[in-house]
Amino acid sequence: MASATFTIRRGGREGGEMVDYRTEVSEGMVVLDAVHQIQAESAPDLACRWNCKAGKCGSCSAEINGKPKLMCMTRLDTIDVTKPVTIEPMRAFPPIKDLISDISWNYEVKKRIKKFKPRPPDAADGTWRMQQSDIDRVQEFRKCIECYLCQDVCHVLRDHVKHEEFIGPRFLVYSAALEMHPLDTEDRVDELKDEFGIGYCNITKCCTKVCPEHITITDNAIIPLKERVVDEHYDPLKKLVKLFRRK
Amino acid sequence: MTDYLTFEHDVLVIGAGGAGLRAAIEASAAGVSVGLICKSLLGKAHTVMAEGGMAAAMGNVDDRDNWKVHFSDTMRGGQYVNNWRMAELHAKEAPDRVRELEAWGAVFDRTKDGKILQRNFGGHRYPRLAHVGDRTGLELIRTLQDHGVHQGIDVHMEVTVISLLKDGDRVVGVFAYEREHGRFRVFKAKAVILATGGVGRAYKITSNSWEGTGDGHALAYHAGAELIDMEFIQFHPTGMVWPPSVRGILVTEGVRGEGGILKNSEGKRFMFDDIPDNYKDQTAKDPEEGWRYTQGDKTANRPPELLTRDHVARCINREVKAGRGSPHGGVFLDIAWIKEKLPNAAEHIKRKLPSMYHQFIQLANLDITTTPMEVGPTTHYIMGGIRVDADTQASTLPGLYAAGECASGINGANRLGGNSLSDLIVFGKRAGEYAAQFAKENGHGSIDAAQIESEAKRALEPFDREGGENPFVIQNNLQDVMQKLVGIVRLEDEMKEALDGLAKLNERVSRSSVTGNIDFNPGWHTALDLRNLLTVSEAITRSAIERKESRGGQFREDYPDKDPAFAKFNVAVREVDGLMQISHEPIPEMPAELKAVIEEMG
Repeated sequence: MASATFTIRRGGREGGEMVDYRTEVSEGMVVLDAVHQIQAESAPDLACRWNCKAGKCGSCSAEINGKPKLMCMTRLDTIDVTKPVTIEPMRAFPPIKDLISDISWNYEVKKRIKKFKPRPPDAADGTWRMQQSDIDRVQEFRKCIECYLCQDVCHVLRDHVKHEEFIGPRFLVYSAALEMHPLDTEDRVDELKDEFGIGYCNITKCCTKVCPEHITITDNAIIPLKERVVDEHYDPLKKLVKLFRRK
Repeated sequence: MTDYLTFEHDVLVIGAGGAGLRAAIEASAAGVSVGLICKSLLGKAHTVMAEGGMAAAMGNVDDRDNWKVHFSDTMRGGQYVNNWRMAELHAKEAPDRVRELEAWGAVFDRTKDGKILQRNFGGHRYPRLAHVGDRTGLELIRTLQDHGVHQGIDVHMEVTVISLLKDGDRVVGVFAYEREHGRFRVFKAKAVILATGGVGRAYKITSNSWEGTGDGHALAYHAGAELIDMEFIQFHPTGMVWPPSVRGILVTEGVRGEGGILKNSEGKRFMFDDIPDNYKDQTAKDPEEGWRYTQGDKTANRPPELLTRDHVARCINREVKAGRGSPHGGVFLDIAWIKEKLPNAAEHIKRKLPSMYHQFIQLANLDITTTPMEVGPTTHYIMGGIRVDADTQASTLPGLYAAGECASGINGANRLGGNSLSDLIVFGKRAGEYAAQFAKENGHGSIDAAQIESEAKRALEPFDREGGENPFVIQNNLQDVMQKLVGIVRLEDEMKEALDGLAKLNERVSRSSVTGNIDFNPGWHTALDLRNLLTVSEAITRSAIERKESRGGQFREDYPDKDPAFAKFNVAVREVDGLMQISHEPIPEMPAELKAVIEEMG
């Protein structure tokens, strides 16, 4: 069996260093397996998050050779293991320890988005009727496993640190899932423009590229939301109508 | 003196999967203050892994379905050692709980007339599983999480409970640590709900995540509560077997529900060879009838691949042992064959089973639309758990409730696929409701400082020892013992050997040590989890020895048949003076009206 070197960030909130670990690699292994092996062999205090190990929970997000990825879904035979493989925590959030970052900001953002508010039930048994074709798009958004890799790669958060003004691709997708839900009656367009900073997104589509669930974040979620904002706030005819309505 | 922060809630829920979240929502809606402890981050609990769907007799696809059919299917699947009252409540209430999810924003797949679509699953007579492709668990957890965050529930993430705190007999709070800095926490609560899930990590090959270490089972047991049915473990017939690193990861039963068939290395569809008597008149006579069933033909019976999980797992085991297995020690699960029946089969498979398609492409380099998968049994679920009252989910200790996988009763000797997600929401709700009621009727108990001191000391011991064994190695050895000696096929001698093995492992745990500091230290976390794993492993083994028959999830090679004498009780374990005591808990007589339902349904 071959062995490979993994260069892993070790350290806490204040700072860290990159440390080399060598371990055996075998057929079918993913990066998370290598991390677990290193834990069991030589670094039991190496911190990483993981749960399902099947790309369904979105816990093991990290930057592998600088690219935001799920450790559990990154096979070693898709990367060059003849050179040291670097594993670092997501950089758009403060580090906690080793491979773990503090993603609590995401939970706070979600609370600020108005909750689902359905129209009254259609049928006597308290249920609704919806056609599959009307929910396909929303179901695409609801595939999201909240790994926050899209937040990590987004330059508005990662490079410009606009966490106060911009909710990031994940929560634009979340807003889109609510706004396009056939039953929802709430309106979130004003906040998207004023509080959630949708205007910051300049559709570079990096988020779409890193999404492990292959959600077409930019094209299917963000751009249609931008259009709604434009329709609502910048359409001259609508503006006129609004002006009269207010009186 | 130990240093810790104290939190106070009326109701404290431990575990934030489907059952815990549903319980927290219900308790909060009842107007009491609620704390929710997650071992991981919110929304990451093992429920996200559930794929196939949640069983509820709504009759949207086949109007012959109703609670009576669901009830009798559940009892038959559990081989009649279920808590019949739980099975009744579950069958009656599941449809409302599912509809409620829709009102909270869940987006289920639809029928042509716009209702919630339902799919076929093993052991369910009619298409009954509400689902979202093959990611129903994610939909459930996200819906509950997003609904719950607006309800003012206090969420404590990455906190692990070390022990339950007691005032006399009553549970009055918990002692815990937070992961980031390893600091201790005391949570005072008027009522505590355990919703900690399963024990899969006691086995080498499992579909469970690192969290499934039997925490709730062990916490309740050490506090003096009773566990029942611990011998009944569900080995899901279809886990991945190759490559080694993904061994055990679940392949949804939905593959078989959509027409997937099981074949051995000779290309033979072996499931037709062995159909249990009590399912003979519900099973297809030939492959053609089986196919028609999966495509919604109401006159057809189910294919034998959709028999109960215990049976299918044993058949696969038999094929492998007889030398008719696949190259890596499983059998073949083939969904690609449906291209003989359907135009655009590849697209159809990708639409119906999207995460299975991705899972195999990404992890195994295999396209399930063209190539059969290799699959084999994986430890998936424990039917056994904390003994609870059917209506209230109260354990045998005052102030302590349990719901979901860590509670026991509804599933009997074997759980039907799809009955878990519905169990979570039906009994999660009930646990929340009755715990809130208890909290309204009782004040806070008093916390025993001495208990905290001794628990804190014990928890920190691995840091005090130097040069001891690495806890990860001990966990590995424990998984070997259980996998080898208390697995799908059991023998008295082997299980006694397992008890010796567990005793030795217990010794080794008491000498284990951890390196590094206390901040987010997985080695330390594993050392603490080991105590729970050892407790549940012992309970599983002792209960399995006690049940000298084969039934559902328990197959004894030395007692291969069902014995009517064992249909009359559940095996119970309880801690008495530090030792595990086994007893027989008689199953109460089923009321005449439920007996009539079972007879009517055949």
